[in-house]
Amino acid sequence: MADFTTAPDTPVRRKPRATQRGRQLEPAALADIEALLDGRPRARDSLIEHLHAIQDAWGHLALRHLRALAHWMNLPMATVYETATFYAHFDIVGDGEIPPPAVSIRVCDSLPCELAGARALHAALMADVDPADIRVVRAPCMGRCDSAPVVEVGHRHLGHATPAAVHTLLQGELHPKEVAWQRLDAYRAEGGYDLLQGVRSGKVSIEKLSSVLQDAGLRGLGGAGFPTFKKWAFVRAEPAPRYMVINADEGEPGTFKDRHYLEQAPHRFLEGALVSAHAVDAAALYIYLRDEYPGLHAVLREAIAEAEAAGLAAPGYIVLRRGAGAYICGEESALIESLEGKPGKPRHRPPFVAQKGLFDRPTLVNNVETVYWIPLLWQRGADWFASQGRHGRKGLRSFSVSGRVKTPGVHLAPAGITLQELVDEYCGGMADGHRLLAYLPGGASGGILPATKADIPLDFDTLQPEGCFIGSAAVVVISDHDDLRAVAKNLMAFFADESCGQCTPCRVGTEKMLGLLARDEWDTDQLQRLAQVMQDASICGLGQAAPNPVTSLLRFFPAELAKQGISLRPAAANTESAS
Amino acid sequence: MSTLASPLAPTAPAPNMQAFDITLDGVAVQALPGETLWQVAKRAGERIPHLCFKDAPGYRADGNCRACMVEIEGERTLAASCIRPAMPGMVVRSASSERVRSAREGVMELLLADQPARAESPDRSSHFWEMVDLMALDIDAPDAAHKQLPQRRAAPTLPDTSHTAMHVNLDACIECNLCVRACREVQVNDVIGLAHRGAGSKIVFDFDDPMGDSTCVACGECVQACPTGALMPARIVDEHGHGDSACADRKVDSVCPYCGVGCQLTYHVKNDKIVFVEGRNGPSNENRLCVKGRFGFDYPNHAARLTVPLIRREGVPKGIDPDFDPAKPLTHFRVASWDEALDLAAAGLRRLRDAHGPNALAGFGSAKCSNEEAWLFQKLVRTGFHSNHVDHCTRLCHASSVAALIECIGSGAVTASFMQAQQADVVILTGCNPTVNHPVAATYFKQAAKRGTKLIVLDPRGITMGAHAHRMVRFTPGSDVSLFNAMLNVIVTEHLYDEDYIAAHTEGFEALKAHVLAMTPEAMSPACGVAPDEIRDIARLYANAERAMIFWGMGISQHTHGTDNARCLISLALATGHIGRPGTGLHPLRGQNNVQGASDAGLIPMVFPDYQPVGDVQIRAAFEELWNTPPDTPLSDKPGLTVVEIVHAIHAGTIRGMYIQGENPAMSDPDLDHARGALARLEHLVVQDLFVTETAQFADVILPASAWAEKDGTVTNTNRQVQMGRAAVPLPGDARPDWWIIQEVARRLGLDWHYTHPREVFAEMKRGMHSLDHISWERLEAEESVTYPCPADDAPGMDVVFGDRFPTASGRARFRPTVPLPPDEPIDDAWPTVLITGRQLEHWHTGSMTRRASVLDALEPAAVATLAPGELDRLGLAPGAPLSIETRRGKITLTARTDPLMPEGMVFVPFCYVEAAANILTNPALDPYGKIPEFKYAACRLAAGDH
Repeated sequence: MADFTTAPDTPVRRKPRATQRGRQLEPAALADIEALLDGRPRARDSLIEHLHAIQDAWGHLALRHLRALAHWMNLPMATVYETATFYAHFDIVGDGEIPPPAVSIRVCDSLPCELAGARALHAALMADVDPADIRVVRAPCMGRCDSAPVVEVGHRHLGHATPAAVHTLLQGELHPKEVAWQRLDAYRAEGGYDLLQGVRSGKVSIEKLSSVLQDAGLRGLGGAGFPTFKKWAFVRAEPAPRYMVINADEGEPGTFKDRHYLEQAPHRFLEGALVSAHAVDAAALYIYLRDEYPGLHAVLREAIAEAEAAGLAAPGYIVLRRGAGAYICGEESALIESLEGKPGKPRHRPPFVAQKGLFDRPTLVNNVETVYWIPLLWQRGADWFASQGRHGRKGLRSFSVSGRVKTPGVHLAPAGITLQELVDEYCGGMADGHRLLAYLPGGASGGILPATKADIPLDFDTLQPEGCFIGSAAVVVISDHDDLRAVAKNLMAFFADESCGQCTPCRVGTEKMLGLLARDEWDTDQLQRLAQVMQDASICGLGQAAPNPVTSLLRFFPAELAKQGISLRPAAANTESAS
Repeated sequence: MSTLASPLAPTAPAPNMQAFDITLDGVAVQALPGETLWQVAKRAGERIPHLCFKDAPGYRADGNCRACMVEIEGERTLAASCIRPAMPGMVVRSASSERVRSAREGVMELLLADQPARAESPDRSSHFWEMVDLMALDIDAPDAAHKQLPQRRAAPTLPDTSHTAMHVNLDACIECNLCVRACREVQVNDVIGLAHRGAGSKIVFDFDDPMGDSTCVACGECVQACPTGALMPARIVDEHGHGDSACADRKVDSVCPYCGVGCQLTYHVKNDKIVFVEGRNGPSNENRLCVKGRFGFDYPNHAARLTVPLIRREGVPKGIDPDFDPAKPLTHFRVASWDEALDLAAAGLRRLRDAHGPNALAGFGSAKCSNEEAWLFQKLVRTGFHSNHVDHCTRLCHASSVAALIECIGSGAVTASFMQAQQADVVILTGCNPTVNHPVAATYFKQAAKRGTKLIVLDPRGITMGAHAHRMVRFTPGSDVSLFNAMLNVIVTEHLYDEDYIAAHTEGFEALKAHVLAMTPEAMSPACGVAPDEIRDIARLYANAERAMIFWGMGISQHTHGTDNARCLISLALATGHIGRPGTGLHPLRGQNNVQGASDAGLIPMVFPDYQPVGDVQIRAAFEELWNTPPDTPLSDKPGLTVVEIVHAIHAGTIRGMYIQGENPAMSDPDLDHARGALARLEHLVVQDLFVTETAQFADVILPASAWAEKDGTVTNTNRQVQMGRAAVPLPGDARPDWWIIQEVARRLGLDWHYTHPREVFAEMKRGMHSLDHISWERLEAEESVTYPCPADDAPGMDVVFGDRFPTASGRARFRPTVPLPPDEPIDDAWPTVLITGRQLEHWHTGSMTRRASVLDALEPAAVATLAPGELDRLGLAPGAPLSIETRRGKITLTARTDPLMPEGMVFVPFCYVEAAANILTNPALDPYGKIPEFKYAACRLAAGDH
């Protein structure tokens, strides 16, 4: 080793810089940005909205435009770049790189779509198109799992996609398909917004409404299942100003119930959201809608405009924001970071977002479906809701069912229903020729249960003994035609893609776990140990739940794995057989 | 808002709250409110492994690496101890938990899997490997767990070596985010980000640009923070990318030799050479450094370093010879022994003194040397030359500020440290460019802004601090007095002044009030170029703040109306009562490492040490007693000449001989042709320096002196903090400490001096300077830094002064009304552009040190002038083209650099480049009170240059 006491030869640069340090601002790029963003706010929390505007206008983010945007917003370049590179929907084009073609085909590679042949579809499309005109990319769950496989061409989604159907679509309209939704008049005709008027006029007290929610047993339907009335109370106890945030970033693979409700009855959702905002006296109501639902963005924009025009919401009180392609933003603190214009990296608790959330103020964050139920519960009463349910459970659950069943879709069913009952009574049974092998009770994160466990009640709190959870009630049904290792790899690849990268166990753990799953010999001690580190030491639920598919396979399916040629070392003890 | 508590510090316990108990591994331990579990464990004697958490001031815990997990009873998952606050009754398991051990080791294994082997690591002694050792991981075992994991990279990736000073090897990066926090939150330079996501997460500079092409200002905070060596000082990484931060033989704690911030640092020394520098936790820097302090350390080893005394060869004319190479001085000088050189140096001075009287000699001391050396130098002039013709570079930087401060509040030093900005609601920064000239002080301003302090930047130029400012107000160059009087007018007419404060602590307000009445914003706006409403806004912001401070630099002082500028700022503070409390005050940012100390120690012609007037008979008597002056040569009662006056006096034939220590007037004085002409006229010139500077090229005798890192001594920074510097490396060749050389000259002038170490000089200083009461050499050795004034031997010094009374005869401060005056040399059709001069981030003062520091020289290798893109367009020049700048006094040609923050109609030239010396152009017109030249305004014209 060198002794380091003499100065190394420094690169000879006797000519001084002709400009200030770093990338220079191009006046023409700044003119572009000024024209595009004229009149829009320059505050940091608008960064993602502005990045969308640039991406929409030019089809990509050129570094010269990002440089100009940084200048225009008085943000450091690194800050803009961190955010722009975090989100999948931004295409950053470096110096000398060729911008992507005008049309992109995104092929959903989530598990339900993969089961339905997404890989072959992706390969066929790749072989078929001229990459100079069209690019074919993979994309995570598009929330249309009942019509798998799904592709998005431009901004238009296509279910049950085939190469032929894609080609037909390419000749036509690439804007989102129109959604037929319940307009304000229709909603008001059936008593819509009465509750909002009631709470605002004082006719309905928040205490009374809160007790209805308590009696009905309404819980957070994004997946965490936290009692809604309690969340209200926590946030109400914190000092003003407070904010209300709606988590419409439905991204758990296999989940599409929020899209379903928003498409049907956006005003019922808005009423529930406004009532909740009123309950915590929120200074503003932010709706964070995933960017995979561009059609819904238009619906909500119009519905909000209707509500504003009718005096139901003060103009500007409801702020509709677009996600940008990041599953982690479904985690409430990551969502708040994203609303602030930052990469969606979850925050540490404590403090909880109820204490310190959006802009560091106390914030009520609720899922779309949770607030959607509030006007209904008020109308029909707590007993109506609580009296439903099976096997000792109370209430209704919106199951997003996909995979190997005859009629996938959103099925509103009693809480506590078993998988077998759900498939038989609501989904028309298994798809022809398929025998139930396994099922995911709660999307990618909720673990995998064997057919032998098709008789346990599905609800919050019932699956913990199995190392699983129901989460957003995204049920993916797997049959004897399916490859369990491929299932596990699909799920782990999803987590590795969507890990925010903040903490070691998740950032590195998902990557390493994926590598280990590709091996022919599985070292169960090693997998279990890694799973334990991820579960114990990850900052948020993504990393903590990411090993669930693997631990489920090791626990319930050793025989199946063996059949697929995977040797387990050492032979797994204490496992329960799948057959 | 009040910003007493730092939200960046995870540590700060809430005051006045009770300590409580938690259970740690079965044992009850005490926790303080606000403490994290990591900190509680540390106090209990356990070092929990940590990677992303840096246990240092200013570093927020981020809790991302997950190496410090603990188990908390009742919680489903483990918790990161670095970020989890302790709560009463918590039951925590750390060392006793198998689950915890497994998680911590699992995390390390995940990171180790992709880490270069220790021997091939960019830093084999990194914090990361220290943690591997702490956890006793057997990483060399063939079946070590991390070796069973898939690896991310098949082959090493190429390191980023684009930066001269720093080496980037992201193969060793663990994405812990410490460099991002270092860059964004600690230094607030905002260059580094953590881009992308998941396993693709990547540390980036700007838009993932090579570090050397980015906006990086090379403060090196990231290098100091990096726990793996992914970011390393380039100097301690070999050609294979392998390095070792523990390569030094020894470490020596000292103080930075550059600006007045006074950062404490540690020299890492190997084979008697400095190999790298780290920031130390001093009160004014909290481990931070800038590019100069961290990377500009090798100038003492430069090939041109003087190691022997030199005597001018006979017949060689004095002057700047373009063919002269300072590294090969024997063309013009010959080597001499110390005895010969000292004898010749002293004999020449003695001869002139004896033949022409005391007024024939003058001395320039140095603000770059120690307090003790400054004291000895002025003592030599006063008792050996028998005059007060001693001055130093303070004349060229803050003489006007000091004149105004002494006149109005009775003291020339700052009333509050710059750290007080963090407690202010409003901070005015005017005529200063702290990110360039006081980079570490700037970090405090930027942090304050992040926490809600409103910065108001008042400057003709746009400056990078503007990005952090609440208001960035650009005004017409030279119109400071108009702008400030308009602000005073608003404060008076809108009754925004603090009547109680004015009544209790000031005099002369009624006169000021009457004086400013006519100077309304409307009346002043045309002169200063700021809209009346904007003037009102900033006046209200400042006056209505609960706590507000004013910082200024040489944009204020270096004008013919520099003293008036400072008087206005003082009036603003006095009228609003923004002085004497935490978060309030007046702070002229001092330029050189010891300009405060050198001034305090008496390198000023009108005053003895501690600003005691030479005309005061009692004070003279006291110094005569202290210095034991013979009755036939009493101390002179006449104020001496100042820097520029001395130059004039040489031309006038009065001053015939000079002793110049560590100053470079042949570069730093205005109107260089005139100043250099004076130096050439001297009959005898003794120069004491590290190099044959431009000034030394006029010398008869050159005495090889000591660099800062080669000697012991104290220095006083801009915050009035007296700090201890220590010799880190030996003197090269026959070079000697400055204090020794001064003493040898003094002896040869007949003075009976017998100092054997600077500590003896310091002891003498304490007898003549009350400012050093309760500050002893021993105390400084133990505490490193003590602020003066200091009330007791065991009490800290006063960060904020004049809360009760001012050090004036009446105890009150005085308002001094001012009248706007035009610049001495206004622009006109023939000379249409304003020239201002100053410094660059990398180069300091005349460049004698920094241009010989390899890193700094590589970063800024040649002379540039900065101007607005529009100005260049008008000249039809491209960025990087040669540009000539001409004033009535001369012309230089240098490279044009665009800066969008520059206003049109102005050009900025740093004065450190001998090949295009800015001071050839500058106007020597003086401020009548401070005798400071107008470096910040000269009329010039620009044209394409011919290189």
